[in-house]
Amino acid sequence: MIIVDYRNIFFALSGLLVLASFGALAVFGLQIGSDFTGGTLVQVRYDTRPAVEELTRSLDSAGFEGYSLREAENTDYILRAGNLSEAQRAGLKTTLSIGDTYTSEITQLTEVGPTIGKELRNKALFALALVLICILFFIAFAFRKVSKPISSWVYGLIALVTLAFDVTIPLGAFAIFGELWGAQIDSLFVTAILTILGYSVHDTIVVFDRTRENLRLNEEHSRKEDFAHTAGRSLKQTFVRSMNTSVTTLIALTILYLVGPDSTKDFALTLLVGIVAGTYSSIFLATPLLVAVERWRAGKGAR
Amino acid sequence: MLKMRLVALFILLCGGGLGWFVYSPAASAIWPFKLGLDLSGGTQLVYRADTSNIPGSEVSDSMAALRDTIERRVNLFGVSEPIVQTQRGGTFAGAPEERLIVELPGVTDTQRAIELIGETPVLEFRMLKEGADTSQLSTSTVDELFEPAAITGKHLANTQLQFQTGTGYANEPVVVLNFNAEGKDIFARLTSENVGRLFGIFLDGVPISIPVIREAIPDGTAVISGGFQAEEARELARNLNYGALPVPIELLSTQTVAGTLGAKAVQDGLRAGLWGIGLVALFMVLWYRLPGVIAVVALSLYIVLVLSIFKLLGVTLTAAGIAAFILSIGMAVDANVLIFERMKEELRSGKSVSDGIREGFARAWLSIRDSNISSMITALILFWLGTSLVKGFALVFGIGVAVSMFTAIIVSRSLLISVGVTAKDGIARFLFSSGTRL
Repeated sequence: MIIVDYRNIFFALSGLLVLASFGALAVFGLQIGSDFTGGTLVQVRYDTRPAVEELTRSLDSAGFEGYSLREAENTDYILRAGNLSEAQRAGLKTTLSIGDTYTSEITQLTEVGPTIGKELRNKALFALALVLICILFFIAFAFRKVSKPISSWVYGLIALVTLAFDVTIPLGAFAIFGELWGAQIDSLFVTAILTILGYSVHDTIVVFDRTRENLRLNEEHSRKEDFAHTAGRSLKQTFVRSMNTSVTTLIALTILYLVGPDSTKDFALTLLVGIVAGTYSSIFLATPLLVAVERWRAGKGAR
Repeated sequence: MLKMRLVALFILLCGGGLGWFVYSPAASAIWPFKLGLDLSGGTQLVYRADTSNIPGSEVSDSMAALRDTIERRVNLFGVSEPIVQTQRGGTFAGAPEERLIVELPGVTDTQRAIELIGETPVLEFRMLKEGADTSQLSTSTVDELFEPAAITGKHLANTQLQFQTGTGYANEPVVVLNFNAEGKDIFARLTSENVGRLFGIFLDGVPISIPVIREAIPDGTAVISGGFQAEEARELARNLNYGALPVPIELLSTQTVAGTLGAKAVQDGLRAGLWGIGLVALFMVLWYRLPGVIAVVALSLYIVLVLSIFKLLGVTLTAAGIAAFILSIGMAVDANVLIFERMKEELRSGKSVSDGIREGFARAWLSIRDSNISSMITALILFWLGTSLVKGFALVFGIGVAVSMFTAIIVSRSLLISVGVTAKDGIARFLFSSGTRL
C-alpha cells in the first residue's frame, strides 16, 4: 500500500501543515468572541448606512471604549464592545441612529456578562478534555481483544494523535479567517471542533476496525503476514468508503456554507476544514503511525 | 422473500405516513415545529438571583416564587408563550449561583423587556370602592374599582398555609397573613371600619384574591379562604411570602434577535437543507446505482423520521440545530456507504448478489456500531455541558446519529433484499457495481 510504504512523506506533509497552523496562530493569534470574554455584539441595519467616522463619533460621545465596528452586507454594521452600562443600553438605538439622522433597526443584540463568559470558557475546555478522554477509553475498550502485535492502548493513543492534528488545523485556519474577516472563537466554534473530533475518530475507527478484522482472520487461518502489509491492505479496503462518506458530508457542509443561515457560515467553514483534516488524518496519518510504532517496537525487540 | 417484501412495504407505508405527518397543515396545527428565539425572533434574558440572604432550605421556594412573579409580569406584557425558568449555574466559573432565564418570543426591544422585568414586585392591598362590583374587573381598570387601603405590603410579616378544621370546615386549605406590630393596629382599625366590604390583595397590580371582611380582626392575622385547592393555597402563600420580599436579581446576559433576521435564517436553512439532500442523493445514485437509489429512499425515510421526532418531542430548532440536521444528512449515508463497499467486496469474491447483500450487512455492522458510539459520546457531552445554543446542536445531532443507524440497518437492508435481484448476469452486476466501473 503506497500510503504505508511512503509514510515518511505523509508524516512530513502532516508536520508541515501543523507547523503552518502554529505559524498562523503565532502571527495572527485567535480572536476570542464575547461568548467567552463577556461583552456585547450588536448588529444594526440601516436604510442608508452612515459613514464609519460618523458612527465612531457618535459611539465615542456615548462613552463606548475599545469597540470594533465592521461593515456587514450592504446595509449593516456589526459592533463589538465591552459590557454596556444602563445608560448606554437605554440609548443604544439613538446612538446608532446618530440622533435621528438615520433610520436603524437593531436586528441582533447579544450581551454576555463576564461570569457567564468565564463559565462558558471553562465548560468548553472541560467538554474538550472529556471528549478526548472518553474517546481514548472507548477505543481502548473496543480494541481490547486486539493486543498483538501492538496493544489496544496504542490504537487509542494514535487516535488521540490524529485528533490533535484535527484540532490544530482548523485552529490555524481560524486564525487566518480571524485576520481576513474577523471570525471569532465562540461556542459554535467549540461545537464544531468537538463534532470534528467525533467524526474523525469515527473515520479512524472504521480503518482500525478493518485492521482488527484482518489480524483476526490471519490468525484463524494461521497466515503469516507482515503487519505493515496487513495494515496497508486494511487501509486500501476502507479507502473508497472513507472518501465517499467525506464527499457526502462535505457536499452537505458546502451547501450549508454557501446558502445556509448567516449565523452558521463560520461554523460550516470550520467543519469543512476540520472534516477534510479528519479524513486526511484517518487515511494518511493513523495507519502509517500504527505501522511506524510496530516497526519501532519490532526494531527494539530485535536489538 | 415474501416476508421481506411485506416488511419493506410496511416500511414504505410508514414513511409515507410520516411524510404526511411532517408536511400536512392539519398535523402541524397540533404538532408544530418549535423554533428557538434565534429563528422566531425574540429576547432572552439571564439573571443572577442574589440568594445570599436566604436560608439554604428556602432557596428553592424563593426561586419558585420569583419565577411565578416574573411570569405573571411577563404575561401582563402580552407576550405569547413566554418561558421563565430557574437554573442552578456558575459551577464552572467557581461560584454556584441561582439563575433566572426569561425567554420572550416576539419581543425585540431589549430595553423595554429589561425594564418590565427589573421592577421590584409589589404587594398591595386595596378596598373595593362603594358601589363597585368585582364582575366589572374585566372591563374596568383596577384604579377605577379599588381605592388604596391604609395597609401595604411592607406591613406583612409572613404568610402561612393552614388547613381549617372543625365543624363546618371540610379540612379546607386557607392562607393566613400575619402582619407585623404596626400592621396589626392598622389592620384592626381597617377591618372594624369596613365589615362587609371587599378587600383586594394585589401582586404587581393583578388581583390575587378578593376576600370579604367578615368581622373586625384585632390580632393582626387575616385568613383568606375561598374554596382553594391545597396546591393553589400553597402557591399563594409562597407568592405572598416572597412577593413582598423578592429576591434581588441582576442582569447577566441578554440576547435579542429581530424576527426578520430569524425568518431569513429559517429560509436559508430550508434552502440549504433541500440543496444538501438533493446533491447527496444525486451523488449516491450516480456512484452506487441501484443500492444508491435504495440509500436515497432510506435517506428520505431518515429525514421524515427525524422531522417527525422533532415535532413529537417538541425539539426546539435553532440555527445550530438546522446546521446539525444538514450535517447529519451527509453523515447518515455513511452506514450505507460502509455496507455497499462491503457488499461489493463480497460480490467480487464470487458470492451471489443476495449472499453478498447479507454478508455485506453483517460484516459492516461492527464498524457502524463502534463509529456511531463515538459520535453519540460527543453528542451527549455537548448536550450535558452546553448552553442552549450548543444543546440545540447536540440534541439534533444525537437524534440524527441514532435514527441514521436504524434507517441504514433496517430500512436499506429490507429494501435491498426485497428488490430480489438473484441473477448473476450482467445487468445485476452492473446495477450493483459502482463508480466508473461498468
